[in-house]
Amino acid sequence: MTYSEPAKRLIEAAENRVATTALTDSDPNLNVASAYDIQAEVVQARLDRGHVVVGAKLGLTSIAKQKQMNVSEPLYGWLTSDMQIDTEASLRCNDFIQPRCEPEIAFLLGSDLNGAHISAVHVLAATQYIFAAVDVLDSRFAGYSFTLPDVAADNSSSAGFTLGGTAINPEGLNLRTLGCAFEKNGQLIATASGAAVLGHPASSVAWLVRKLATRGEGLKAGHIILSGAITEAVAVEPGDCITARFDQIGTVEIPCI
Amino acid sequence: MRITADQASGFAQALFSARADRTPIPPLTEGDPELGVDDGYAIQQELVSLLIAQGEVVSGYKLGLTSLPMQKLLGVDQPDFSPVFSSTIYPDGATLSMENFIAPRVEAEIAVVLKEGLAGPHCTPNQVYQATAGLLAAIEIVDSRIIDWQIKIADTIADLASNGAIALSSNLIPIDSFDPRLVGMVFTKNGHVIATGAGAAALGDPLAAVAWLANTLAPLGVTLPVGSVIMTGALHAMVPIAPGDIFRAEFAHLGPITLRVSE
Repeated sequence: MTYSEPAKRLIEAAENRVATTALTDSDPNLNVASAYDIQAEVVQARLDRGHVVVGAKLGLTSIAKQKQMNVSEPLYGWLTSDMQIDTEASLRCNDFIQPRCEPEIAFLLGSDLNGAHISAVHVLAATQYIFAAVDVLDSRFAGYSFTLPDVAADNSSSAGFTLGGTAINPEGLNLRTLGCAFEKNGQLIATASGAAVLGHPASSVAWLVRKLATRGEGLKAGHIILSGAITEAVAVEPGDCITARFDQIGTVEIPCI
Repeated sequence: MRITADQASGFAQALFSARADRTPIPPLTEGDPELGVDDGYAIQQELVSLLIAQGEVVSGYKLGLTSLPMQKLLGVDQPDFSPVFSSTIYPDGATLSMENFIAPRVEAEIAVVLKEGLAGPHCTPNQVYQATAGLLAAIEIVDSRIIDWQIKIADTIADLASNGAIALSSNLIPIDSFDPRLVGMVFTKNGHVIATGAGAAALGDPLAAVAWLANTLAPLGVTLPVGSVIMTGALHAMVPIAPGDIFRAEFAHLGPITLRVSE
């Protein structure tokens, strides 16, 4: 398999755990659509090594972050089987370049989701379980210094994720007001509710389905979707312990080694 | 330094007039940069006496500076508090007028209502739990009688911890089936999400915030009577308000509370 030059840079950065510089530094004309083509190559590189797609994640789902990046929509990346950190396992910092953690609400789909007209309601109806989750970001760009096309090409900084050990039926659950307290080493970092993600986490997943439809793609039954960070991300190093405490859907605790 | 009773009374009188006339005054700490936390409370007590003499009735308390970022901003390592007066309590759905305030801002909070009295100095969150009738969705309208919110810690404490008014929902929810720390809240302005938060933002736990209050009041010989309403602290950064705004704080378990600002 031969990859394009920018894809090769990202693949090698992830493999060697050495950050690279923004793609837009050398190619200022890189746009988001071509960036998603690079992303497809980056994901293919993981599949070529025998891993499989297990779901997707959203980024830039808060209005504050979108304003900060000067964009008006979120972005997405694909999650592969090698990114899974099993419930109650540890985050091995050496496997990453500059890992950061953020709390998220995860959806496990019970049926396929495709199409340009999917709404939050369809997402909820297709959801088998909700899980508390922690997303582990790892930008392949030094110091997380990037523009929107860069981070889209970098598979939205996807690197790892872990789900809580409690599968919750979404029926009767109000994800909009679902509360979360996010802690690092027992210190409160931030609190938030699900509405921090595009007003409702299911709206975020619906946006993803509609976005994928423009590329002729979709989500499949069994996919895990991380709906977007509900607080700021925090940097972690060996010895840290991250705790995302959610109302009703449980707690995720991940020790970093 | 420790100010004299006469000085405290003078500062309190200035704040009392500023409240009555809705005309802000320069920071007290501008004239007296040495004013500290204790001085602030001495002035606050004088101000509260003036308001009670005028017919005001204490219905509860508010806590302020219950988050680390706010404490850092004012250079302190603990929250502050002030009595809340019954004349300043709005119901859910109320319309407030900018004219009643100087530089009002709003913040969504969880209010605790007591069914038993609480006394420090050894009050624990568990005792607060036992003494709690339930929680209410609430919004605090903060306001400063100090020009342009140019406050230092002594200024805000003296000025009733910058309390303007509070709005309370009428749906009192017992806390036997959820964790107050994890009660989520989404705050909207004119339909747009402007902030989210959860109970833990208030000193880690709204019940711990009430315990802190009971323990802090103890040396002053003050206890919290049955029926007290305690505003446990903001769950997000405060938001400026403008005529015509509609604010809605929707809480998990506690329901929503809405506040309108007249045109």
